[in-house]
Amino acid sequence: MTTLTALPPRTARILRLPLGLYLALAFVLLLVIAVLAPQLLATHDPFALAYAEALQPPSWAHVFGTDESGRDLYSRVIFGARDSLTIGLGAASVSLSLAVVFGALAGLAPKPIAVVVDRFIEVLFAFPSLLIALLLVAILGPSALTAVFAVGLGTAPGYARMVRGQVLAARNSGYVEAATALGHSRWRIIGAHILPNALRPLVAIFALSVGQSIVWASSLSFLGFGVAPPASEWGALLDAGRAYITQAGWLIVIPGLVIVAVALAATTIGRHLQNTLEKGEK
Amino acid sequence: MTPTSLASSATVAQEVPAPRRPSRPRAIALTIARKVASALVVLWGAATVAFFAQTALPGDRATTIFNIRAGQAQLRTPEELAPINAEFGLQNPLIVQYVDYLRGVVGGTFGNSYQQYRPVTDIIGEQLGATVILSLTAILFSWVLMIVWVTLTAGRGPRLGAIGSLVDVVAAGLPAYWLGIILLLVFALGLHWFPVIGGTGLNGLILPALTLAIPLAGFMGQSTRAEFERALDQPFVISARMRGMGDTGVRLQHVLRHAIIPAVTLSGWALGATLSGAVIVEAIFSRPGIGSVLVSAVNAQDLPVVVGIVTLVAVVYVVANLIVDIAYSIIDPRLKAS
Repeated sequence: MTTLTALPPRTARILRLPLGLYLALAFVLLLVIAVLAPQLLATHDPFALAYAEALQPPSWAHVFGTDESGRDLYSRVIFGARDSLTIGLGAASVSLSLAVVFGALAGLAPKPIAVVVDRFIEVLFAFPSLLIALLLVAILGPSALTAVFAVGLGTAPGYARMVRGQVLAARNSGYVEAATALGHSRWRIIGAHILPNALRPLVAIFALSVGQSIVWASSLSFLGFGVAPPASEWGALLDAGRAYITQAGWLIVIPGLVIVAVALAATTIGRHLQNTLEKGEK
Repeated sequence: MTPTSLASSATVAQEVPAPRRPSRPRAIALTIARKVASALVVLWGAATVAFFAQTALPGDRATTIFNIRAGQAQLRTPEELAPINAEFGLQNPLIVQYVDYLRGVVGGTFGNSYQQYRPVTDIIGEQLGATVILSLTAILFSWVLMIVWVTLTAGRGPRLGAIGSLVDVVAAGLPAYWLGIILLLVFALGLHWFPVIGGTGLNGLILPALTLAIPLAGFMGQSTRAEFERALDQPFVISARMRGMGDTGVRLQHVLRHAIIPAVTLSGWALGATLSGAVIVEAIFSRPGIGSVLVSAVNAQDLPVVVGIVTLVAVVYVVANLIVDIAYSIIDPRLKAS
């Protein structure tokens, strides 16, 4: 804490605590290793079957326990990171690309187009994210690629509204008025002033959105509409663990905990970026 | 009317010039008409999205429907497809189908199920009750949880307040499936307080409703807390304290009234969120409801059912928001400007 003059909202202050941020960054570093070189972190072969050791609770030999086929859950979680994070990053990219295009059109296009796009965003916003995603799964059939587009499309309307708000705020700002007074062309003002200022917060939003996307994608997998086994994508682990909830709760609690941790880390980093960017503007 | 709202409406009345007062009912009627029109546009858009989603299945639609019904995937002869074309009006041009669909939606029907040979509204109607009860119970629980938690922790020094808001943030971020499983493991399998399979009884309702309520309480708690802390510094709070009112009384009678306004505006959203969250909760607790219907319809690619449920939730969201909006423009004339 360096500044005591302007106290940010309390929530932001906690999430900005260096300790929380370092933990989040350390966790992300672990994830990056798990994605690039899972064999460095894994203790077992994630696909090696050992029926004699089936459904063992967490122990020193198997820190997260074993599943119904005796596979080491910890190693499966590590090897599943690549699928889960790819889906999360992909969905967040789809979502924010759509949001930028539609949000910018709603904020900048000539009036008739802007009004139509604006209404379109409101229409899609009326559908909850999970339901849009399920609708897309019904049309395209379940797969990893469907999950990316389903989650991306499902979360896009909310972000599109946010981008539109940012664009409108930038458009009505003093510096745009000044640039207009200086006689700069419409496109130059949009390119040099409105878009950079309106899109800067998206860096932080992207981090938040990756966390959210992983949660939504794992919700789809949980319902049985995600990546097919034997892949160990985290949502698929949850879905597989559901059958053993009475005998082996860890099979579902631990992958869930990992997903919550990723979402929390993404939120912490996203909020920190948001605060840093806001401070930079002052 | 409370002392505080009387006071604020009195100040507003002073600021507004006297001659404008008779026109207020008309202004309100105009605002309401505008909001209703804009909601109708959104609903029309939602129905349009719903219709075109059904035409988006790859391949010939009649063949797809036949194969879904037969559980096979093969080409069909025109003779085989004729009854299906007739049942779904597929021989008509797309624009005619679209107008028919819109007419049906206005009349409260969503067409026929591919798989179950009967109207989508019948299928939804059978299961809607259970989900609505779950959703309303969850909203009730979330209000109770949020009000108790915020009233206890907001504005009570940095440490307690910080813990309070951290809990809000974490609760809001908990995925429903995970929270549900944890509740199930602890309270049903561990402590045996509740049945493992939800059922429709009152006892089976509590854990599913809590699963939806806790993240919702966290989400609403974030905005309520900010408003609560702002209200604590208001002059009317100081004047209430000067009249000798205790801290609890001030919080419950004065501050809370102002603090819950943002959460009330989230009601439409909360209704949509709990209805869609029901999809996951009903899967965890094996509860009947439109969520389970939706999951099996997605599995079977029974698009009319999927689209019907999705559209219904969107309609509920739009209508609830419209009601909240209109209620506000009547209660608080200041919001009309914004």
